[in-house]
Amino acid sequence: MNNQGRPTAIPAPTSAAGDTVTGNRGLRIEEPLIFEQDSPGRCGVDLPALPDVGLRLGPVKPRGSIGLPGLSEPQVVRHYTRLSQKNYAIDAGLYPLGSCTMKHNPRLNEKMARLPGFADVHPLQPESTVQGALALMDELAHWLKALTGMPAVTLAPAAGAHGEMAGMMAIRAALEHRGEGARKRVLVPESAHGTNPATAAAIGYSVDPIPATAEGRVDLEALKAKLGPDVAAIMLTNPNTCGLFERDIIAIAEVVHAAGAFFYCDGANFNAIVGRVMPAELGIDAMHINLHKTFSTPHGGGGPGSGPVVFSAALAPFVPVPYVRKDGDRFVLVEREGEGGTAYGRMKAFHGQMGMFVRALSYMLSHGADGLWQASGDAVLNANYLMARLNDVMTAPFEGPCMHECLFDDRFLKGTGVSTLDIAKALIDEGFHPMTMYFPLVVHGALLIEPTETESKDALDQFVTALRALAERAKTGDAAWFQAAPRFTPRRRLDETAAARKPVLRWAPEPERLEAAE
Amino acid sequence: MTVKYTKDHEWVRIEGDVGTVGVTDFAQQQLGDVVFVELPEAGRELTLGGEAAVVESVKAASDVFAPVSGTVTESNGALVEEPSMVNSAAETDGWFFKLTLSSPSELDDLMDADAYKAYVEGLH
Repeated sequence: MNNQGRPTAIPAPTSAAGDTVTGNRGLRIEEPLIFEQDSPGRCGVDLPALPDVGLRLGPVKPRGSIGLPGLSEPQVVRHYTRLSQKNYAIDAGLYPLGSCTMKHNPRLNEKMARLPGFADVHPLQPESTVQGALALMDELAHWLKALTGMPAVTLAPAAGAHGEMAGMMAIRAALEHRGEGARKRVLVPESAHGTNPATAAAIGYSVDPIPATAEGRVDLEALKAKLGPDVAAIMLTNPNTCGLFERDIIAIAEVVHAAGAFFYCDGANFNAIVGRVMPAELGIDAMHINLHKTFSTPHGGGGPGSGPVVFSAALAPFVPVPYVRKDGDRFVLVEREGEGGTAYGRMKAFHGQMGMFVRALSYMLSHGADGLWQASGDAVLNANYLMARLNDVMTAPFEGPCMHECLFDDRFLKGTGVSTLDIAKALIDEGFHPMTMYFPLVVHGALLIEPTETESKDALDQFVTALRALAERAKTGDAAWFQAAPRFTPRRRLDETAAARKPVLRWAPEPERLEAAE
Repeated sequence: MTVKYTKDHEWVRIEGDVGTVGVTDFAQQQLGDVVFVELPEAGRELTLGGEAAVVESVKAASDVFAPVSGTVTESNGALVEEPSMVNSAAETDGWFFKLTLSSPSELDDLMDADAYKAYVEGLH
């Protein structure tokens, strides 16, 4: 119970709060919701009374107050500062989510993105007033084409899955252009990202899974058996979501092309190979690149994603608008279908995530080609270091070496009564954000760890020490201790099942909550 | 009355030409707490091995495949209201749907209880 007498307080057995009068622990404040701090009539500033201008809503009448809480300015500042202190972020510590690539966002990027010439432009400004911003987009497009060897790119997509959709729509446009719109099946390996089948289904394709081999890679023979004249494309993730490089990728591209289909590659894991592998040489037709992963622009609550897509020569005519073209010494935005030939339209109202373009190009230019090469190498080295240091106490389903992330299953927990979830919760008590759990699905009780190149050996060693101790403790059969974790968080183990079965998505005042319960 | 099992951990109970389908107790243990089920509507034609229903837990979403071909006659509305029955009563009240079998001979390829038990033990 906090000083607001908050009725939703978690009862004692599940609360981490100690025995203080306030419920606060040290300087960690037990913060009520902002609506629970409402003091009607209180306001941050003194405003003059509203003149009576009457309603200008035509036949629409307001039903009543919109119910904004009344607080003073310092109350609001403290509320959001306290909430931010409860947050965990890459700026606070190791954040080893597999496949999410939570790496350091260099402050230089932020400085560049705040330059008024980039930060204060409007997408509807005349081209003549935004030549610098257009030049930056053109330069970024050049880098993305140079790093992938691909001849065309769209910067518009808002994030990875949106990029997948842009790529798959270009493939559909190309197929329709050559009169093969009847191809309706898309092959998706089990080792692909979960967004791949979702993208194919969202634009009307049927999804046909390809099984993985015992080595966690695409089963080439199974793929060959599934190919046919009704196949539009394959969507392959490389490196795949088991953290492994698809060694047969060139053979895969050859059989897919021989069958008249296109090859979409999910490039979300490009950060493992940038500067070292040229996607064009692998036979890829379209691939998205997550600027918010490979090129360090913030995400995960910290900023919007950005998912440019590169295209092969076969798909280049179908690149969506808009894109930047250099016309003499001026940059112009190609905005209309038809101007570029066969573009299928546009992915966004405007031109993409400008702030992310600035950050990504800042990262590229400050690293240089050799620095990008070094970064992907360090990311892979760090993951393999974790794999090597943990392999004797945890169990890896596939033999290494791995790429930028290392994967374990829950065989090392067999018979202990401790689950993957329990390990993750105990890791929170040790001060680390948990790894990705229970994904990929091809592995039982998966623990997928991506340390990124950000972490020093010291940081990795601390993480290893904690995780080794937990794995060894689990083997002593201390299941009850694990099931009681986390102990030191603002709330103890949350009831995720109840949250999914009976979600409460909107705060309501107490009387309404009671009514709803009746 | 016979009960048959698939390698994908569905069971089908046969009474005359009507089959009642659900997921096995082993499947619900693997899934963890089930929070959502999507069931086929009456009248839908299912083919052997085709997607028939969806079951979602806190850990994962999985397809439930038709263990035999047939036409759906009824789905378990109570399960939609209370998905936790998949966990508490997977092989009884937690049934998913009933269907009229169109090719009963397909049952010959499914496992009986003993064979399924041996199959599950071999998985770990």
